[in-house]
Amino acid sequence: MNMSIKVRYFASLKDRIGRSEDILEASEGISVQAIWHRANADKAMPDNTLAAVNMDYVDLDRLVKDGDEVAFFPPVTGG
Amino acid sequence: MAIKICPDAFDPWQVIQSYQCASVQAGKFGATSVFIGTMRDFNEGDQVKGMFLEHYPGMTEKQLEKIASKAKAQWPLLDYLLVHRVGAILPNEPIVLVAVWTAHRGDAFDASRYIMEALKSTAPFWKKELLHSDQERWVTKNTDGYAVD
Repeated sequence: MNMSIKVRYFASLKDRIGRSEDILEASEGISVQAIWHRANADKAMPDNTLAAVNMDYVDLDRLVKDGDEVAFFPPVTGG
Repeated sequence: MAIKICPDAFDPWQVIQSYQCASVQAGKFGATSVFIGTMRDFNEGDQVKGMFLEHYPGMTEKQLEKIASKAKAQWPLLDYLLVHRVGAILPNEPIVLVAVWTAHRGDAFDASRYIMEALKSTAPFWKKELLHSDQERWVTKNTDGYAVD
């Protein structure tokens, strides 16, 4: 089954890749890491990149489901 | 108990006073611990004239709720208030306010410290500085809150 996944980028990572989001079609069983490579085939993921699915932090091997929102961003610097 | 993302400048002392009068149960608290983070006009050897604070709407609030829930599970909090600025900020403006009300001071100190350190390491906010030279740069890391010079 084909899934629709929303991918979002924030802060310096958004600047680096030049866009704030993608909508991807993907097959079931795809991981967060594989989502990055589908969306950014020409760019390696920076070492310190953090990932979230549906607004919770996840490891890169986490599998995504249809309708999930995946986000990639650099280390946080608030406060 | 309140968490607020604030797009406009705020006066933390006024916010604390208003919140305490309206929401914190009088007579029950013996300790209030307050942390306020304020924007400096310098960083890493450069003069800074402004800053933009980006956040991830929805996830930021969700992570702050998680931090507050963990603090509530660990310490007997009577109340707390978390306020964090987003958007364009100028030097000397407050960025973050953490206030905690408890019966005794140890819990207030410890819980407010925990909330602040957890916020710094997990709440999705990102600072972009505007230097006096008009160069913009993303802040890439936080200072260690426990470091001693």
